[in-house]
Amino acid sequence: MVLSDELKQRIAAEFPKYPEKRAVLLTALHFIQAEHGGWIPPGAAAEVAALLEIPPIDVEEVISFYSLFHPEPVGRFHLQVCANLSCCLAGARKIVRTLEQALDIRSGEVTEDGTFSIAEVECLGSCGTAPMLQVNNEPYVENLDERSVLELVERLRQRAAAASSPGPR
Amino acid sequence: MAVVHYLLPPDGQNWSKLADYKANGGYAAAERALREIKPEQIVADVKASGLRGRGGAGFAAGLKWSFLPTDGRRPRYIACNGDESEPGTYKDRQILERNPHELIEGLLIAAYANTIDAAYVYLRGEYRVAYDNLRAAIAEAKEAGYLGRNVLGSGLDFEIHVHRGAGAYICGEETGLMESLEGRKGQPRKRPPFPAVAGLWRQPTIINNVETMSQVPHIVGKGVDWFKSIGTEKSTGNTIFGVSGCVMKPGAYELPLGTPLRDIIFEHAGGLRPGRTLKAVIPGGVSMPVLTAEAAMQVTMDHDNLQKNGTLLGTGAVIVMDDTVCMVRAALTIARFFRHESCGQCTQCREGTGWLHKLFVLIERGQATKRELDTIDEVCKFMEAHTICALSDAAAWGAGYFVRRFRPEFEAHIEQQGCPLDGVSFEV
Repeated sequence: MVLSDELKQRIAAEFPKYPEKRAVLLTALHFIQAEHGGWIPPGAAAEVAALLEIPPIDVEEVISFYSLFHPEPVGRFHLQVCANLSCCLAGARKIVRTLEQALDIRSGEVTEDGTFSIAEVECLGSCGTAPMLQVNNEPYVENLDERSVLELVERLRQRAAAASSPGPR
Repeated sequence: MAVVHYLLPPDGQNWSKLADYKANGGYAAAERALREIKPEQIVADVKASGLRGRGGAGFAAGLKWSFLPTDGRRPRYIACNGDESEPGTYKDRQILERNPHELIEGLLIAAYANTIDAAYVYLRGEYRVAYDNLRAAIAEAKEAGYLGRNVLGSGLDFEIHVHRGAGAYICGEETGLMESLEGRKGQPRKRPPFPAVAGLWRQPTIINNVETMSQVPHIVGKGVDWFKSIGTEKSTGNTIFGVSGCVMKPGAYELPLGTPLRDIIFEHAGGLRPGRTLKAVIPGGVSMPVLTAEAAMQVTMDHDNLQKNGTLLGTGAVIVMDDTVCMVRAALTIARFFRHESCGQCTQCREGTGWLHKLFVLIERGQATKRELDTIDEVCKFMEAHTICALSDAAAWGAGYFVRRFRPEFEAHIEQQGCPLDGVSFEV
């Protein structure tokens, strides 16, 4: 079982908003990703399909259609750099290069320890505050330059360290 | 005439909280409408106001509403388009983050006017702050009795649901949005039937952009004549121009339709960086044909004027490019976008967007001959007006017009087997 009972209940709680259970599919996949480290683990699709009473293939094709759904693991901090026109005009390429050097991976890869991944994405609607990136589904980090993006990486490293250190929770 | 701002709170203020929105006149229009105005009168007023859709196509909003059937079939829905993904566009985000009650009030009035049972705001999945602020505002509005059962004693039962998208540009296309909302791939539907007759779950549905709906309380509250006094005869009201690219002060500027593009770039957005000259401007998001600097200096930002000058208003997203920007690389970025975002349903689009991207890559690398420029023209012709939705046309216009309007630069790329400009200043 991939989906916990609690997660299934959260998904089912969305049903009354729509005339059909199928409409909850995107929401359900968002919930699953948020609970499973930013990606959709094997087996989840079949369980969602059962819950929504739709064929598993309908879930699989939705996962593959939308770029926010990841059937493969991404980093704990998935760094999505906008690489569309307005951001490129403002130096998005430099931001990607800086991240690649700082994390020693290429765009599209995950660091060995699983902490970071870099992706170049299409327009995120932050064109007047370019260049920018989004960490997971958090509020945007905007008006970046080479220095501020390195500071961001440092802050995220500290967050990762704080989360993994033993202590009171 | 001094510009009146009504859509966005002034000076970076945020009116997400109900108390702030109400302190600035919020919900007065809805209260009056639901208690005193007949639904048909509101539809007539929105029609008379000349309000045109702010999502890109510019279709008359009131006319769209009047296409709803009169056979009493229920439920009826509003699909509100907050998928905002057209590159260069970030205007709806300003409303969603800073003034979400304005949208809620617009949806409420539209629901009352059109006998709607529920509205779904389809929000692009990445917009986290917008999602949080809109959901909090809906909860507050419900608490205050602006949503729910028998709203303001009008007999209307009305709910608003926020639906998160998942990163697909095509879901901003109205029927792609509906497919996505229903839990499928966002592949556009063939029309007819049109959404007004068979939209969400094949029920009567009106679909309007976030900014379009947010205009409605102002039309109802301040009157049709007031609204028509702003803008031009056929492009009424203010809109939010999102300016980006090579300007000193990129940002979202609320201005009347019909504002000269020159003023937007050189007054509001602070002009170009020192020593630079203007080269090209996309006036309405990357789907719309690019303008040369010369043309850009002449146009006003309204539907008629832009159409007369060989482009369209689109989403009013102004992307400014100065003399350091390579047109081949700009076109390449746009072609890459459309290749990524084609839903794959129609051959012309699926294959054409791929071809266009490959051709621009060849030119950029200095591996093309002049024949490739003709091939681009041919591919563009085969992509226009042959598909279920307009994404294919948008790709052909957005990328193709760079070749049509800056051909000498493309030829220079081919002759010199690479970029004749300093290629480092603008990397893709």
